[in-house]
Amino acid sequence: MFSYCLRRTLAAVPVMVVVALFVFLLLRLSPGDPAAIIAGDMATPEQLDRIRETLGLNQPIYLQFFNWGGELLRGDFGTSLMSNLPVTQLMAQRLEPTVSLALLSIVLSVVVAVPMGVIAAWKHGSLIDNVVMSVSVLGFSVPVFVIGYILIKIFAIDLGWLPVQGFKRVSEDGFGPFIRHAILPSLMLSTIYIALIARMTRASMLDVLGEDFVRTAHAKGASEKRVLFKHALRNAGVPILEVIGTGFALMITGVVVTESVFNIPGLGRLTVDAILARDYPVIQGLILVTSGVYVLINLAIDLSYALLDPRIRYQ
Amino acid sequence: MTTLFPRRFSATRRRLLGGMAMVTLLSTLGSLSPLAAAPAEASTLRAVMHSGLRVLDPITTTAHITRDHGYMIWDTLLGMDDQFQPQPQMADWSVSDDGMIYTFTLRDGLKWHDGGEVTASDAVASFKRWAARDGGGQMLMDHVASVEATDSQTMTLTLSSPFAYVLELMAKPSSVPLFVMPARIASKSPDETLTVEDQIGSGPFKFVADEYDPGNRVVYEKFADYVPRDEPASWTAGGKVVNVDRVEWINMSDAQTALNALNSGEIDFLESPSVDLLPVLQANSDLTVEKINELGSQTIGRFNFLYPPFDNPQIRRAALMAMDQTDVLASLVGNPEHYSTCPSMYGCQTPLATDAGAPASLTGKADPEAAKQLLEEAGYDGTPVVIMQPTDAPTVSPQPVIAAQLLRQAGFTVDLQPMDWQTLVTRRASQQPPSEGGWNMFFTNWYIPEVWNPLVNPMLNGRGKDGGWFGWPDDPELESMRNEFAKADNDADRKAIAEHIQRHAFEQVTYIPLGEYSIPAAWNNDLSGVLHSPVPLFWNITKSE
Repeated sequence: MFSYCLRRTLAAVPVMVVVALFVFLLLRLSPGDPAAIIAGDMATPEQLDRIRETLGLNQPIYLQFFNWGGELLRGDFGTSLMSNLPVTQLMAQRLEPTVSLALLSIVLSVVVAVPMGVIAAWKHGSLIDNVVMSVSVLGFSVPVFVIGYILIKIFAIDLGWLPVQGFKRVSEDGFGPFIRHAILPSLMLSTIYIALIARMTRASMLDVLGEDFVRTAHAKGASEKRVLFKHALRNAGVPILEVIGTGFALMITGVVVTESVFNIPGLGRLTVDAILARDYPVIQGLILVTSGVYVLINLAIDLSYALLDPRIRYQ
Repeated sequence: MTTLFPRRFSATRRRLLGGMAMVTLLSTLGSLSPLAAAPAEASTLRAVMHSGLRVLDPITTTAHITRDHGYMIWDTLLGMDDQFQPQPQMADWSVSDDGMIYTFTLRDGLKWHDGGEVTASDAVASFKRWAARDGGGQMLMDHVASVEATDSQTMTLTLSSPFAYVLELMAKPSSVPLFVMPARIASKSPDETLTVEDQIGSGPFKFVADEYDPGNRVVYEKFADYVPRDEPASWTAGGKVVNVDRVEWINMSDAQTALNALNSGEIDFLESPSVDLLPVLQANSDLTVEKINELGSQTIGRFNFLYPPFDNPQIRRAALMAMDQTDVLASLVGNPEHYSTCPSMYGCQTPLATDAGAPASLTGKADPEAAKQLLEEAGYDGTPVVIMQPTDAPTVSPQPVIAAQLLRQAGFTVDLQPMDWQTLVTRRASQQPPSEGGWNMFFTNWYIPEVWNPLVNPMLNGRGKDGGWFGWPDDPELESMRNEFAKADNDADRKAIAEHIQRHAFEQVTYIPLGEYSIPAAWNNDLSGVLHSPVPLFWNITKSE
């Protein structure tokens, strides 16, 4: 197991290097000049040149890449061109909102969607199945920001139960304020994942429920609950876990709409702001970290297969 | 095996525990409602500004949000009042009889946020950094022999040639005001942006570095040692009396979210609501919706003078005749309450306002037939006009679309190229031909204080490729008139020269002013004393409990 993990982790290194090179070149070749953005409307060409020189942007691209690579090897992601703050500090500031929101949303999604999918498969073709599938289609079809505004209208504006926007950190403000601010964005964010996981669970369960071992379990007098959750769900779990893991990775990196609607200072908004401002070191750092998150989550998903299916061995 | 509860009680127990959990959750949520906020919260003013703060150097950048940040933590030598007059702020002044020596004396009690005393050396270093960066400051420096600290409280500026606009430039509220910083900070190159550690000022608020989250949130605390002037506040002049303990600027990228937050009382002040959402705010009797920047902004179209077809003045005149302000403003702002046509390049509510040289069609109805006639006389060969259209900035995206249509109606061939604003900002600096990454025309907006006289108005700079503003007209006659304006020492002469300049600028079509607009701000009725000013200011405001 250890050597498998080590090999998987080492295999990620060339992937990260290619990502780093690709992102670096893409940014340098795309239009936009951070110096012009910093200098603003009044800048003359001479002033722009001087600012580019100060930022090191007038060096040859290969030199800029090696400088950045050297910093990376020392664990330094560089300094934001706009705020002059270390990229690691900027990412650290935004990490907790995104990760806590993603965790809450994925837990909510799993808790709601897996039973929904199991019941839909169990009652295949019934009214319950149709209702679950209709809800699922709705979850896919309605844009998340629309759901967000509807939730705000009902629970924050009309009922006044929850805040309209903002984020409170568990680490600083405690669990109460955190959950008050996180409920609505988590509901908004989890809608599409509830739909996705419910459909995947239903499909996997339908495959498994027709297997011989399920019939055997029934023949041995196992209760319906035991057959569904102990025998069928566990065997149907691998693809469901895959979807949950990928969903979590997507939530970490792709929640910019939710963050905007609820004004949550997370990694998504940091990424968009950095792209709009052509803040190269921040964009590069974020994409590298994102790639790392994907690699780690995929590794975690692979390893967790063995928990569900003891026949799986890692060599 | 014994159990704590008999099995028959298990369902009851589950219900009991569930009920207790629900009660705990509801009580937790209830105790955290906005109404239950601590009394100390009343002295915190939460504002959503027009943008997030990312760059912390108001000299390096002309971004308005950074300028607004500057007014929070740094003070200015002079202020400007609502009569457009320079007034003492950190310093009073005297001028020698020949008008060549200006002596600025710092008032007593000025302290830095880190406890040090403000001295004239700080003022000199700040002046030099500002003048190296600001367009008006650079022009001033062409006439300055020396600027030095003659003692700890006195800064002396000696001119090498007559220049009558010294005080007005030093007092201008935007876009690069002369903020006074400690000499150790102001001695940095203006091309090197200031850091978080450099946010030490002597202004009425202190920057809270620990709570700064770039692009998201910035926090200021009242500077207890700040001694305000005795005069009432007027624009950036007068006493900067702070009545709240803390100001938080929270950036909200979504206009609807900001509106909801103001309506629900989670924020107190919204600087720049979306125009289409204003009726919702106006319907809330707990809010005040009012223009604080009454001068507003000017929207403009700018040509590239280096390449065809706009290197030909007659073709530029054709473009001028093809456009009218009403069409552009209606598309940009929508509600006529918030915009007005204006023939003046200096703004219509300023001392230099004039209609000299402006064609009637500009503020009336476009004249495509006259434009066609001019194009024919100029021998226009159908060279495409490359117009840059930013699609991600609502305040500058409609103008190019309307302009393109108006130009096409007049016979121009138009190549409207969509892009994001930051690409436009980069591309407009290119002096390459339009076919090689250059451009022919773009649109932007200016606060009126940034165009209100020929010295600060960047579009009236005629210094060409090496010293001019994007578009780079090389116009020695215009520069000569600007120099005359700088020397004029009375209002009548200034007005007359400004009219000449505008007439000339319309003849050459240096740029096209496309009208003015001003969007109201909105704030909770708990706030009082919100100042009307061309820049948002947070002193003088009281928040009732």
